[in-house]
Amino acid sequence: MAAYRNTPGFQRVLHAVKHVCFSKQRCGVIICRYSTVYDPNEKTFDKILIANRGEIACRVIKTCKKMGIKTVAVHSDVDSSAVHVKVADEAVCVGPAPTSKSYLNMDAIMNAIKQTGAQAVHPGYGFLSENKEFAKRLAAEGVTFIGPDTHAIQAMGDKIESKLIAKAAKVNTIPGFDGVVKDAEEAVKIAGEIGYPVMIKASAGGGGKGMRIAWNDEETREGFRFSSQEALSSFGDDRLLIEKFIDNPRHIEIQVLADKHGDALWLNERECSIQRRNQKVVEEAPSTFLDPDTRRAMGEQAVSLANAVKYSSAGTVEFLVDSKKNFYFLEMNTRLQVEHPITECITGLDLVQQMIRIAKGYKLQHKQSDIPINGWAVESRVYAEDPYKSFGLPSIGRLSQYQEPLDLPNVRVDSGIQEGSDISIYYDPMISKLVTYGKTREEALKKMEDALDNYVIRGVTHNIPLLREIIVHPRFVSGDISTKFLPEVYPDGFKGHMLTAGERRELLATAAALYVAAQLRSQKFLGDLRVSVVPAESRQWELCVELDKGVHMLGVSRSGNNYTVEIDGEKVEVSGEWNLASALLPITINGKHRTLQCLLRTAAGEISLQYLGTSFKLRVLSNLAASLSKHMPEKVPEDTSSILRSPMPGSVVAVSVKPGDNVAEGQEICVIEAMKMQNSMTAAKTAKVKSVHCKAGDTVGEGDLLVELE
Amino acid sequence: YRGWCLQNARCYSVNHLSVQERIEKKRKAALTGGGQLRIAAQHKRGKLTARERLELLLDPDSFVEYDMFVEHRCSDFGMEADHNKYPGDSVVTGQGRINGRLVYVFSQDFTVFGGSLSGAHAQKVCKVMDQAMMVGAPVIGLNDSGGARIQEGVESLAGYADIFLRNVMASGVVPQISLIMGPCAGGAVYSPALTDFTFMVKDTSYLFITGPDVVKSVTNEDVTQEELGGAKTHTTVSGVAHRAFENDVDALLNLRDFFNFLPLSNKDPAPVTECHDPRDRPVPGLDTIVPFESTKAYDMLDIVHGVLDEREFFEIMPNYAKNIVVGFARMNGRTVGIVGNQPKVASGCLDVNSSVKGARFVRFCDAFNIPIITFVDVPGFLPGTAQEYGGIIRHGAKLLYAFAEATVPKITVITRKAYGGAYDVMSSKHLRGDVNYAWPSAEVAVMGAKGAVQIIFRGKENQAEAEAEYVEKFANPFPAAVRGFVDDIIQPSTTRKRLCRDLEVLASKKQTNPWKKHANIPL
Repeated sequence: MAAYRNTPGFQRVLHAVKHVCFSKQRCGVIICRYSTVYDPNEKTFDKILIANRGEIACRVIKTCKKMGIKTVAVHSDVDSSAVHVKVADEAVCVGPAPTSKSYLNMDAIMNAIKQTGAQAVHPGYGFLSENKEFAKRLAAEGVTFIGPDTHAIQAMGDKIESKLIAKAAKVNTIPGFDGVVKDAEEAVKIAGEIGYPVMIKASAGGGGKGMRIAWNDEETREGFRFSSQEALSSFGDDRLLIEKFIDNPRHIEIQVLADKHGDALWLNERECSIQRRNQKVVEEAPSTFLDPDTRRAMGEQAVSLANAVKYSSAGTVEFLVDSKKNFYFLEMNTRLQVEHPITECITGLDLVQQMIRIAKGYKLQHKQSDIPINGWAVESRVYAEDPYKSFGLPSIGRLSQYQEPLDLPNVRVDSGIQEGSDISIYYDPMISKLVTYGKTREEALKKMEDALDNYVIRGVTHNIPLLREIIVHPRFVSGDISTKFLPEVYPDGFKGHMLTAGERRELLATAAALYVAAQLRSQKFLGDLRVSVVPAESRQWELCVELDKGVHMLGVSRSGNNYTVEIDGEKVEVSGEWNLASALLPITINGKHRTLQCLLRTAAGEISLQYLGTSFKLRVLSNLAASLSKHMPEKVPEDTSSILRSPMPGSVVAVSVKPGDNVAEGQEICVIEAMKMQNSMTAAKTAKVKSVHCKAGDTVGEGDLLVELE
Repeated sequence: YRGWCLQNARCYSVNHLSVQERIEKKRKAALTGGGQLRIAAQHKRGKLTARERLELLLDPDSFVEYDMFVEHRCSDFGMEADHNKYPGDSVVTGQGRINGRLVYVFSQDFTVFGGSLSGAHAQKVCKVMDQAMMVGAPVIGLNDSGGARIQEGVESLAGYADIFLRNVMASGVVPQISLIMGPCAGGAVYSPALTDFTFMVKDTSYLFITGPDVVKSVTNEDVTQEELGGAKTHTTVSGVAHRAFENDVDALLNLRDFFNFLPLSNKDPAPVTECHDPRDRPVPGLDTIVPFESTKAYDMLDIVHGVLDEREFFEIMPNYAKNIVVGFARMNGRTVGIVGNQPKVASGCLDVNSSVKGARFVRFCDAFNIPIITFVDVPGFLPGTAQEYGGIIRHGAKLLYAFAEATVPKITVITRKAYGGAYDVMSSKHLRGDVNYAWPSAEVAVMGAKGAVQIIFRGKENQAEAEAEYVEKFANPFPAAVRGFVDDIIQPSTTRKRLCRDLEVLASKKQTNPWKKHANIPL
């Protein structure tokens, strides 16, 4: 590493310069729906260290700045130029990329605290946020942990203990086995007693990691194996428990806020039913499902649980709610939740500020009657994932272009990345949390459509296609949702937006207009020319446009920025102020305003457009080129059934076959782990294994050859 | 004589009619080339006919054909028979427009005697080349020929030589592009080899001196046509071809796009097209692209794409000597040539192949008034016997030579390493770089700290300390900046704005080299 970078003075100068750019980009746009009512006379911490990365570190720093608190970021070496490092006042490197060596490295973080003199630590979510050891070590050093007491973390962190406490506090709980399951056979026995379906989950877990549902004995055995492996790799603790699985439930959680003086509030609910693999995708507050009585009942139980463990700080009590509005305690998260912004939107509270105040020992500022539900807020978790593979398998890459839709009103984007950032295999693939707000749910959802359409993300595969489909789906719009929403609505997997005939025409017309604009521009040469240019400009184009194997003959005429496209006898008018360099295409199609995005435009007529969230590949050719194309030889695609490729970047956990083995269709061949999710790779056909190209421990990239079958 | 005229007055009008008919007949025959059967066979091979190709390459109705009535002159082996004469013979020639700009073209017709080169064929090609040079417009050749017209013997060989001579005469006067769309074997390969750019069509084109049969009989090697001279071989292994395309349609549409980057001749400035991408657009991603560890790789193409108009980059030889990146792009609408070391491949070092690839590209840009932007991250020349025995000294000298002799605007951005002789080579200030920038991450030094310390403090203790001192002193842009070897240290995100501004100023740059018959580049 170059020496000047190690010189603190120079580093600070660089940061200062970068910092200015950053704040310029962020300020000036009102994006926060919460208010940080900061009383300068209320003494607070001088300096806080944020033991986290990414968007949540940025989120905490934002409030700290408003409160006049200095901030310290910690980072791994690959995160040296991450946004959270730039926006913090100071930054300390705590180790190499793997989380176990950096963000989970307590020794290094303790050193960072000593080195910078931070008086308190905000842990964010994940990492050390619910680690009682960490909280203990901080307490031993006299550093304030911005979160609940060790006792509460411990009590609620253990699923078995938390259930017992909840029962005692008269909180509704799910029937199940209140103890650690020894092995797969015991799991099968207990499952038989409770009755299928059952849920096997990690005792220490959270966030859907190490969690499996089983419908029979065989699945129980398999689930036990997977969950204990995942639990071990995610939490270093492979204890599992089993409980009755509530079929088709909603996941609704109550935000609580409690101080160190025995007062506690509930800040209404968040509906988090839209999940894939037990991880939340779209959340909203409030829930369309709760009536005021149920809400109050849930809120009061949540508060009584908080009181039972002498909880202080912000926390979340998660419930499963069945179709009859019976609710059961699931777990309590003793930290700030990912989806906290929607609660901030409808209540106006700054949860981070409240956590800091509480940690400093202040009493709650609000009474239960002060807590409003103002309007409606929706949050979409924008991930670097491929939504076409199991509703989202992680993808990695560099954000070559990145533009948040912040010029739209009532849009909040919590992110910790910027153009040029890398999404790596080391950390959670979340790009941002996109929050929209409206007086009504309808307004918030409409705003979400616009925000997703105007969100420019290039360089990594992202899940905007899925998010955009969910929020306009009739079942979602009517509020008819459950945790099964995705598998029920897309039983064969997510396939992207299905075009109606009218939408298809809009898409074809836009591609044609774009093609004509590009053709015309390619004839515009400026400056003095020795040999004159004879442009072949015409006012009428005959084009042939291909879209998923359908071929359409189009006639296009143009006057200025207005294009009239004739498709199968129907006229489509396309106009708008856009140019060929911009990522966004704000256009008017037959009087309707739409924002499309041009993802690709090649010399050979390929055009990719993002339309209604989904990206569509089109090919626009002149009639001549199209008619000559029929002579072009078909390229034979690779036979994929005998080749197993890694669907995502990650590491190989286990390989269950060797060359010469016979495998049956659907049999497990190997297990790939990425971002702490284990994925079983299975054979696409019954065949003999020809060759194995990976071994346990290997790091593989997306598309890498793993195993060949004969 | 007068009487003869009168006598024939009546016949004349009859004759006149029959001439009209014959013109029509010949034109019609010329348009169908070798006939419907052979056209069908050509299509079946997945190839277009010579005329279809031109129709697709040129603007609608812009093709002006020459020599449609030329026929071959061979009278041996029954070639004089009427059914062996095809109006226009085995090549279609003329001029036309691509996006309104003039171009001379020839397109070999495989349906006529397998596109083989007769004296007449060569004469037609020479005619358009001569005129292209006089007018000052590029020549595009679409090659699809079985080789020499064996029936004509030496006449055919003479024809090749006539074309080669014109290729050489036109070199550096007008851009010459070859698109190989079928076979091109034997001596014929030297025409594309002499032109500025050779493109190929995947699976249906090949280039080699001798085919697989001769190879087998001489060296006893078993090799297929595709392995010996297919698009993949020449774009990845031999470096003979500059790019390959999926099929005929794809290749011709891409060629139209490529043509827009080129000036018509060495008398014309680099073309400027309408640009919608703001010239002062900041590129925030560049501030974080260079990793803190100087041993870690990053993709130079990320920098290149970020800076250019609309991220559009026509890369030349993308799959050959990937440790250097070269290609055409636009800055604020103006064509520029991009050269960049690629840290992702072999640390971006210079070796035999990358030096030759870079040198040829730089010389093309210089010949045709295209400004050169160089992005430098080079740890040096690649060491080793393979390289030394391969002649890295004379090949490396080519790149040095090319940058040094170039008089077009030259702008250099040092993004990270610029070590040793390679620093000098990569369009340094000392080789008449017009504007040389360093990013804050730049390190201009004789070598990496470790190696330097081992030499300076050989056998002494405290190597680590000395290394740190060396890093402090040299692994930063200051030693170069205080000496004026870089003109400024710039914030990476402002690179596009800076380059656009400089290119505008340098557009009127005038610089000449001393008079010479021709220079003597170390070939």
